[in-house]
Amino acid sequence: MYDFTYHKAASLDDAAKLLASAVDAKPIAGGQSLLPMMKFRLASPSDLVDLGTIAGLDRIEAEGGTLTLGAMCRHGAVCTSEVVQKTLPALAHLAGLIGDPAVRHRGTLGGSLANNDPTADYPAAAVSLGATIVTSKREIAAEDFFTGLFETALEPDEIVVAARFPVPEKAAYEKFRNPASRYAMVGVFVAKFPDVVRVAVTGAGASGVFRVPSFEEALSKDFSADALKGLSISTDGLAGDIHASAEYRAHLVGVMARRAVAAANG
Amino acid sequence: MSATGIGASVRRKEDFRFVTGRGQYTADIARPGQAHLYFVRSTHAHAKILRIHAGHASRMPGVIAVLTGEDFAAGKLGSLVCGWLIHSKDGTPMKMAPHPALPVDRVRHVGEPVVAVIAERADQARDAAEAISIDYEELPSVVDPAKAQAPDAPQIHEVAPNNTIYQWQLGDPAATEAAFARAASVTAIDLVNNRLIPNAMETRAAVAEYEPGTEQFTLWNTSQNPHVARLVLSAFVGIAPEHRLRVIAPDVGGGFGSKIFIYPEELVALWAAKTVRRPVKWTSERSEAFVADAHGRDHVTRAELAFDAEGKILGLKVKTIANLGAFMSTFSSSVPTYLYATLLSGQYDIPAIFCEVDAVYTNTVPVDAYRGAGRPEATFVVERLMEVSARRLGVDPAELRRKNFVKNFPHQTPVIMNYDAGDYAASLDKALALADYAGFPQRKREAAGRGKLRGIGLSAYIEACGIAPSQAVGSLGAGVGLWESAEVRVNPTGTVEVLTGSHSHGQGHETTFAQLVSHRLGIPIDNIAVVHGDTDKVQFGMGTYGSRSGAVGMSAISKALDKVETKAKKVAAHLMEASEADIVFEDGKFTVAGTDKAVTFGEVALNAYIAHKFSGAELEPGLKEGAFYDPVNFTFPAGCHVCEVEIDPETGRTDVVNFTAVDDFGNVINPMIVEGQVHGGIVQGIGQALMEACVYDESGQLVTGSYNDYRMPRAGDFPPLVVDTTVTPCPSNPLGIKGCGEAGAIAAPAAVMNAVTDALGTEDIAMPATPLAVWTVLQRQAHREAAE
Ligand SMILES: Cc1cc2nc3c(=O)[nH]c(=O)nc-3n(C[C@H](O)[C@H](O)[C@H](O)COP(=O)(O)OP(=O)(O)OC[C@H]3O[C@@H](n4cnc5c(N)ncnc54)[C@H](O)[C@@H]3O)c2cc1C
Repeated sequence: MYDFTYHKAASLDDAAKLLASAVDAKPIAGGQSLLPMMKFRLASPSDLVDLGTIAGLDRIEAEGGTLTLGAMCRHGAVCTSEVVQKTLPALAHLAGLIGDPAVRHRGTLGGSLANNDPTADYPAAAVSLGATIVTSKREIAAEDFFTGLFETALEPDEIVVAARFPVPEKAAYEKFRNPASRYAMVGVFVAKFPDVVRVAVTGAGASGVFRVPSFEEALSKDFSADALKGLSISTDGLAGDIHASAEYRAHLVGVMARRAVAAANG
Repeated sequence: MSATGIGASVRRKEDFRFVTGRGQYTADIARPGQAHLYFVRSTHAHAKILRIHAGHASRMPGVIAVLTGEDFAAGKLGSLVCGWLIHSKDGTPMKMAPHPALPVDRVRHVGEPVVAVIAERADQARDAAEAISIDYEELPSVVDPAKAQAPDAPQIHEVAPNNTIYQWQLGDPAATEAAFARAASVTAIDLVNNRLIPNAMETRAAVAEYEPGTEQFTLWNTSQNPHVARLVLSAFVGIAPEHRLRVIAPDVGGGFGSKIFIYPEELVALWAAKTVRRPVKWTSERSEAFVADAHGRDHVTRAELAFDAEGKILGLKVKTIANLGAFMSTFSSSVPTYLYATLLSGQYDIPAIFCEVDAVYTNTVPVDAYRGAGRPEATFVVERLMEVSARRLGVDPAELRRKNFVKNFPHQTPVIMNYDAGDYAASLDKALALADYAGFPQRKREAAGRGKLRGIGLSAYIEACGIAPSQAVGSLGAGVGLWESAEVRVNPTGTVEVLTGSHSHGQGHETTFAQLVSHRLGIPIDNIAVVHGDTDKVQFGMGTYGSRSGAVGMSAISKALDKVETKAKKVAAHLMEASEADIVFEDGKFTVAGTDKAVTFGEVALNAYIAHKFSGAELEPGLKEGAFYDPVNFTFPAGCHVCEVEIDPETGRTDVVNFTAVDDFGNVINPMIVEGQVHGGIVQGIGQALMEACVYDESGQLVTGSYNDYRMPRAGDFPPLVVDTTVTPCPSNPLGIKGCGEAGAIAAPAAVMNAVTDALGTEDIAMPATPLAVWTVLQRQAHREAAE
């Protein structure tokens, strides 16, 4: 790790100012992605602006068919929150599948979204549920937010404040872990709304989270695991590595999608 | 049995300090004025070093010195060596290439240390290391042992044509050929024993200090055998004469073999400490450990087993290529030879065996002993062969084993070993009962109903522990004797220090060794301290590996205790004015037979030192005795492990759903610790079978160089393990102990793969059976079925 200057942000404005004023400042939330990168010397921010000291960024609210989670909601808090468990149990389940207890105790929703790791879990939920990412500057639809491998629509001094998740009729997340890292090798989030079904896949895509229109179409007509029988996705654009070939990932997308639908149907 | 004596599950005395963070590991050692060492490591598998650009780095803040292979060569120190001389079948000695701690002109594996940077602070050393650039001329490389001997393979060391270190053989080729000629059936299999990366919880570290006034070196080191480290560093490398080098291995957090060896890093630390006249500290980062700690296994094998018409084994033929990596590590040569081929008879009466082993250099991290060392590889060969044979012959795998078990002891195998005691049917029966083997078909049907493929597999393993009778290993090429030493020092107040040449790095010696003393002397376990790991305190010792510390280390203590008891009886006789012959020692009390006269152990201890009751002419004061124990034979722990797996055919995921281990370790000192040792071993064995893939790409880069890609076993991966024992006491040592440290890692891989192949209905899958590997097999089967 290289030397850096550490700042405690007093407020969102303060954080934004600190971010704008330094050469290469970065917000730090749970530090569960950023700190390992810094220890490996793969990231070397000049300044870190700690968001953990800003009041109100960890709220959890369900109102009028929307679940709003503050950016600083720790994975562990989302997983164990009664509100989340009641309104969007699939999301609580997802949070409980992230990393290990230590990671869940520190890692945050905002950090995960901003990091946009192609194997992270939250991006699948955000896209499938059609979430809105609320930032210090604007509101961004999830699908516009994730722009590529570790890339988002965020500007350097823009901070994720919260995410708003529309509450679906049914939803479920099925994750096939990478055996080594335990991130998603393939994770499929399925959400059924009155007017639309969305299927979002993480872990499999070479450039991050993506939707599967053919699955969505079939499920819109018949929201059952059987509706997906015989459907498969192409290996184009899928990642391949020592843990899973693109073919295997494509296969797992089908399996995890069917299981997710079955789980959503209870 | 007393509450703290032999056979009691005494809680580990050392754990309080470990779990409360009060252990003193090498990384916790801070010497006044210490500087920090960081290595620039090779990024190439094979390359010429053209130029090292270090000028800028040497002027960076805090930098004390930048040392290269040329500097090291100027120091005229010896090469690192492999201490076990193996001869090829043509009589030529193994082709050991020089292994300088820092290379001068060529790198041979990714991760090889090339430049040493010493700075005031660890981060400054690392900053400077980053600023060093090296011009390399890349050379072609080879990582696959099966390709290393090809005529067009790149030549790694001049001394070893075709990268072949030795071509060794054991057994009787003619008798084996004759057996195969008579055979009613032959089972042939091709096996890969996958390379493993050890990953002890504590990474390696060294702190080296040089005292110019006395020319005395001190090395704190994460070592399993500090005395052997001192011997090699002085006698072979020549860093200092033995009496001017003190090696201390303080608390060590796991080794599994990887901390037996003498590595470049600690040698460079010692040399640098003298060069810069500052204590020098090196602590391996986890990423470094992946490319700097000796790896394990890495065999490619073809094996054939011949049967007569009744299913009795006639003969076994094995041909193995063993990958020793880029350099020969300290004991690397012995692992695929005398620790491997000598166990190929397994638990079976096999009349003829012939084994050939080629050891090869490749552009990979050196390979050496790793938990089990050779014996897991042997067990994998024998137990996969037995299972596959049973399937092909259409007989129950348990019964095929039973039919071929060695039943009479001692039993001389065709491959050197003389099994002294055992009851293989007893462990098999108990394991089958505990695993409800008979109920398996029912469970398989039930699993099928849930869409799962269920399989069961056995592994009836044997290992040779209690390493080793010195004369025997000497005749086989070992450079050292493998006895153990002990000293029992009784203090005037009756407390006891036991000095042992064994070293504990997770085994719990501070508890088990104290149990032996408590048992023998009848004193509370808290009055006993176990001292180990310091060459200034313990005169000499061979360290801990090969499950030797119980059978050999404790036998040495037992021998020293015999002497203490003899001397104490003399003191007691003087105290009670009785004849020495009438003194009886029991439960910590000395009594005069047939009287009610008695003195306690404490009284005897005190009187041994105050020496008021006897004259110097009659008896020497004091109560302190030492012993060297050289075993008369190896010990032969054996047992039967049963694994049951369930495979999800949709995803290829394999779950171990039941695992049963019944082991015969001879007499057990502490059942709880033994159970823990077995658990750890099984988990590593299952890790090898299902999880741990060490992958090099074609260019020699280690793809699995972090936990992101190297799949370690985790507690949550396992069902509760059913662990039990049977006991045939070992006749070859005074305590009847066989050793338990490696059994799990030796037995488990074959049990798991036998279960996986049973579930899949094909033998065509290699370790580790990852989800991808299993899914690929299932895909192939589906395509084949579709084609039919
Ligand atoms: C061992 C381990 C296992 C893991 N397993 C998983 C897993 O299975 N699934 C999974 O999804 N993740 C996993 N993670 C990652 C974990 O979920 C992280 O917590 C998460 O990716 C980042 O969140 P954080 O709060 O730790 O962010 P940090 O590490 O603090 O920051 C990450 C990045 O986001 C930026 N950032 C943080 N907060 C904000 C914000 N509010 N606005 C703008 N930018 C921000 C930072 O500047 C940085 O670039 C794992 C991590 C570890 C160490």
